[in-house]
Amino acid sequence: MIKGDRIFGSFMLVVALGYILSARGIETSFMSDPVGPRVFPYMVAGVVILCSLVMILRPDPDEEWPAGPMILQLGIALVALAAYAEAITPLGFLIPTAIVSGILSWQIGGNPTRSALTGLGLAVGLFVLFRVILGLGLRSLPAGWGF
Amino acid sequence: METLSNLAMGFSTALTLYTLILAIIGCFVGTIIGALPGLGPSNGVALLIPISFSMGLDAISALVLLTSVYYGAMYGGRISSILLNIPGDEPAMMTTLDGYPMARQGKAAEALVVSGVASFVGALLATIGLMIFAPYLARVAYQFGPAEYFALYMLAFCTLGGIGSSNQAKAAMAAAIGLGIAMIGMDKTTGMPRFTFGELHLMDGVDFLVAIVGLFAVAEVFFFIESHGKDSAIGVKLGKILVPWRMLRQTTGAMLRGTGIGFVAGVLPGAGASLGSFLAYMGEKSIAKDKATFGKGNPKGVAAPEAGNNAAAGGALVPMLTLGVPGSGTTAVLLALLLTLNITPGPLLFAERPEVVWSLIASLLVANVVLLLMNVPMVKIFVKILSVPAWVLLPGVTMIAFVGIYSLTGSSFDMLMMVGFGVLGYVMRKLNIPTVPVILGILLGNAMEDNLRRAMVLSNGDFWYLLSSPIAVGLWIAAILGFVAPIFLRRLLKKPPVPTHDPSLNED
Repeated sequence: MIKGDRIFGSFMLVVALGYILSARGIETSFMSDPVGPRVFPYMVAGVVILCSLVMILRPDPDEEWPAGPMILQLGIALVALAAYAEAITPLGFLIPTAIVSGILSWQIGGNPTRSALTGLGLAVGLFVLFRVILGLGLRSLPAGWGF
Repeated sequence: METLSNLAMGFSTALTLYTLILAIIGCFVGTIIGALPGLGPSNGVALLIPISFSMGLDAISALVLLTSVYYGAMYGGRISSILLNIPGDEPAMMTTLDGYPMARQGKAAEALVVSGVASFVGALLATIGLMIFAPYLARVAYQFGPAEYFALYMLAFCTLGGIGSSNQAKAAMAAAIGLGIAMIGMDKTTGMPRFTFGELHLMDGVDFLVAIVGLFAVAEVFFFIESHGKDSAIGVKLGKILVPWRMLRQTTGAMLRGTGIGFVAGVLPGAGASLGSFLAYMGEKSIAKDKATFGKGNPKGVAAPEAGNNAAAGGALVPMLTLGVPGSGTTAVLLALLLTLNITPGPLLFAERPEVVWSLIASLLVANVVLLLMNVPMVKIFVKILSVPAWVLLPGVTMIAFVGIYSLTGSSFDMLMMVGFGVLGYVMRKLNIPTVPVILGILLGNAMEDNLRRAMVLSNGDFWYLLSSPIAVGLWIAAILGFVAPIFLRRLLKKPPVPTHDPSLNED
């Protein structure tokens, strides 16, 4: 039986140790206060270590975690969102939005045709809302495609 | 008298045709956000901050718009509680206990009107309470030095973690994660970078809006993918809306008591609206003569928590405005709004920028009246909107989140970070770790460290200085009690079970 609490606790323990290590390298300027820029990070890391140990030693009952195919689904969503973050600047708003919201819609609702239409509709609808009505600076299409 | 003249000034700035239109739009959007399952006041305000900021609204207009959204979402949360047994947000949980049974008995319209009026009463009286108490507390806050502020931040983290979570270690962990993230960026005192790992984007620190939108809105997408939108609302029907005067008269007492309890719960840092509605419901049940009917569709069980929830939302603004310490997740988001608008809450806000405070209060009053008018006769429109399927709603919300952050910062790095926070929020919620302390930590981390270091400058490094004044000692004691006491009280304050969902009702 794998305990989510134990894994997260161990992970945060490592993060906190890395945090302390990184805090040791913070440079102080010649004009500093009695506490300096390192003490507060040390205190925070101390709290994290303490809580991590509690989570490792006394974990709560496990929640239901997604199994194989669902992890793949969540991975697809994560990749799509990350790709969207990278694509919106070079490709403009319309194309990435239609594709990514179509993917998400398919993942939630499960009907490909309906999802494709949702993606297209959201891309156009949100573009009209943000660009035309609210006046935000969004580029519609990749540079050099007109507009 | 002074209060009234201040209020008149507030109305004169906040009550123009333009701001009135903004208030109406805000209330409308807010009610929808509150009503939709999976979107609460925190999400709603967080999504709209970057957008209203990029629209170039001035401080007062942005405040009017977003406080209307905030109050609207508090109103809207009850709609899905009553009709679908799905709380639109956490504070609306208690409303499901009697609201959903009322709807099953064919009294959905009555439940909606009673809860709408209860929301109005709670929010209105709490706003009046805010006008009376906030200036008083602001005067007390003048005596706060760095040691007291440090203790106050401790109090906020401790009570929020202690009351809001079922595991103290997890709440403290969440707060520490937030504080740790706040340390990233340039140290103000020495001008040296911390935890940036040479990444230029991190020099300014992690934008709290990126964290809020990621933790609240993006994390929600992962949950909906996992559940395939099972919890979404489909096919709600509602009869003719009539005002049930007799039921309103019967529940007046419940509304007033709920308001009182909710307001006090809201003022306490860290308690917030969820506790307010919970205590209001439990209080009403314990004094009622017909205890047995609670949970089976007693209108008082709808009126009390709804009044308590909205009164707590108003009460939570008292510590947020006077001390800069938010009491709940949603007020943390409102604090983020004020900081984005370059308004620093605290005692000086009342002295130096009274027009901001009083126009905020005036806009709360306006929003309230608009919401009552909107929510009682027009509730059918919102019920229609509830039937938007999750496979349209969630992709739309995600795209709005991206556009908001993109138009604010224009960097892919921030959007990637937002997705990262979404993953963090998903994992944390799976592990039952509260996410609100993370937000609070990111918002308050630098101020907390700053006050600690200023205190140490004053005392030349003597840590006992933190306990040198009676106010500071009192705050520390309250902090420790707030963190430890819930462990013992938890058995007494067990939440009543949510009424079982009858699937046959939603399948038409």
